[in-house]
Amino acid sequence: MTTDSKNQGSDPPGPDQDVNPAYLAMHSDPRFLALKRSLYSFIFPMSIAFLAWYLLYVLMSAFGRDFMGTVLFGSTNVALVFGVLQFVSTFGIAILYTRYARKKLDAQATELRDELVKGDARQKNQEGTR
Amino acid sequence: MMLAQEAVNESGRLVTLVLFGLMVAATLGITVWASRRSYSAADFHSGGRGFSPLQNGLAIGSDYMSAASFLGIAGLIALAGYDGFLYSIGFLVAWLVALLLVAELLRNSGRYTMGDVLSYRMQQRPVRTAAAVSTLTVSIFYLLAQMVGAGALIALLLGIQEGQTFLGMDAATAKIVGIVVVGLLMTVYVTIGGMKGTTWVQIVKAVILMSGAALLTVLTLSLYGFNLGALMSDAADASGQGAAFLEPGLRYGVEVAGDPVQTMWNKLDMVSLSMALVLGTAGLPHILIRFYTVPDSQSARKSVNWGIGLIGTFYLMTLVLGFGAAALVGREAITAQNAAGNTAAPQLAETVGQAVGGNLAGSVLLALIASAAFAAILSTVAGLVIASSSSLAHDFYNSVLRKGKAPGREEVRVAKLSALGIGAVSIVLAIFAQSLNVAFLVALAFAIAASANLPTLLLSLFWKRFNTAGAVAGIYGGLISAVGLVFFSPVVSGRETALIPGADFAWFPMPNPALVSVPLGLLCAVVGTFMSKERDFDKFAMLQVRALTGAGAEKASDH
Repeated sequence: MTTDSKNQGSDPPGPDQDVNPAYLAMHSDPRFLALKRSLYSFIFPMSIAFLAWYLLYVLMSAFGRDFMGTVLFGSTNVALVFGVLQFVSTFGIAILYTRYARKKLDAQATELRDELVKGDARQKNQEGTR
Repeated sequence: MMLAQEAVNESGRLVTLVLFGLMVAATLGITVWASRRSYSAADFHSGGRGFSPLQNGLAIGSDYMSAASFLGIAGLIALAGYDGFLYSIGFLVAWLVALLLVAELLRNSGRYTMGDVLSYRMQQRPVRTAAAVSTLTVSIFYLLAQMVGAGALIALLLGIQEGQTFLGMDAATAKIVGIVVVGLLMTVYVTIGGMKGTTWVQIVKAVILMSGAALLTVLTLSLYGFNLGALMSDAADASGQGAAFLEPGLRYGVEVAGDPVQTMWNKLDMVSLSMALVLGTAGLPHILIRFYTVPDSQSARKSVNWGIGLIGTFYLMTLVLGFGAAALVGREAITAQNAAGNTAAPQLAETVGQAVGGNLAGSVLLALIASAAFAAILSTVAGLVIASSSSLAHDFYNSVLRKGKAPGREEVRVAKLSALGIGAVSIVLAIFAQSLNVAFLVALAFAIAASANLPTLLLSLFWKRFNTAGAVAGIYGGLISAVGLVFFSPVVSGRETALIPGADFAWFPMPNPALVSVPLGLLCAVVGTFMSKERDFDKFAMLQVRALTGAGAEKASDH
């Protein structure tokens, strides 16, 4: 590659940390607040739900062994079904989240990002290259 | 059944050794190839950020499906039945924390390390020092456990038992040679190939491991006419435990007759372990830096999805392998080779191969699975070395010592030197630690990640008031409480199986500290925050806008 010359000069340790007024304004922009609400209203309740569901499984495995040992059919007992359901719910939540993010988050985030990036580019042109 | 005839045994070892050699040659070739166009810090730390979601998903699976979880969980299921499955479920569910709360936001707001995100709106030096300390502790503990395991495994995979020799090596020498070879290889992958080389090694390993496990699963099931129920009842019968083999409680949360107090502690310990597994994953530095190797946050999300699919499928296959080993190889034959059951999967491969296609097929299948396990060891340790050397160079050397003034090239040079140092130190430590019982270090690494890293990471991303004092208190508080509680637990002293069997200073009753250390770490972070007046809402706004929209996120390099 042609070595990214920007990375060779003074290389700031972390991401750009200067406070940028455009970003600050974006933080209280109604579109950003809506994006944040859409994200939070999915990830927080869902995290609590799957952690509670997993905790229930662990607690049942520790303290509800008679119930977990109940044979349903053949050599299949409640414990096995409960365990497999943890796999199913994990796959299911990943699929649900991905569909939700595509529908409710990605387009909105991209719109706001493009707006900010255009502003950044203008600013950079004025400052010269970093 | 195991190692039936001396002649087959010998030729089997040769096949295994040849496959090991091919694997080493192939991975070294990949490393050199990957190093040709890597110069910048972004190339070294993040592999140029140009990996596709599938590639990164494979690498994520590779980082995660260590030999400990492939051979370890298969062995655990073979010996303790359902409890091994229970363990793997914690490992899988944990990925939802990474998917929902961490991966995308971290990709958008960080650069190379976990410390980038933690320190974004804080004073750089104290927070980055803490992040580097925690990253190194977690990675080195995990690394040591893997390397000590690797030495023993290579001896076992080559079929060298106590009292035997192979190529002039006895079992003890083979273990040391194994540790040194693994240590040298991981150091070479990282110093020459950087993140790009490491990632490609991991991709290759994931493909080998998944296909090896899939082949063995299908063959095992075919012996039972693809009737999983028949396999399970056969396993339960062969285990001598009957129905209890298919229920929780043989290994974790063991009920001690006549001792309700110990029974309660055992059960709470099981909850504690589960908590460490489920909350630790999204705080493991070598997992977190994987999210920087893709171009944007959507790719980070997709790569976690691939990872979840691969890891979930893998653990379901492990369930078949574990039950298969219990049914076909049998407890006695497994524990005769390795008390922890680590050779259950390779032994199953030999048995199944013999049943399907005779002795030669048995040797070939054994060699195949042994090589997959060898690849699993190599790629996981390489991931750990790159995580710790990146953090040393980027968080500690550049940001703390050089106040962020070191150019990219210098940072890369320091990272490579760090990798050499970490490689050398871990080889020496692993050789000294090999006679000790260090299996607890994996669980401890997860417990530290859950107590020190995850709470501070989440508070950084979501809590406006969080500040430097809170982050520093949270990291050290979680780290010290997790390590301290384990130090005073029965895994270090007071038991025959303890690290220091002769002494007894254990007053903390549970081997797994997470149940106490996670709340403690969180408490330290919150109390620390309120003890300091520092608040920077503007930077929090910056961080949130970047994390949620992806504006200002690091881009893939253009090659």
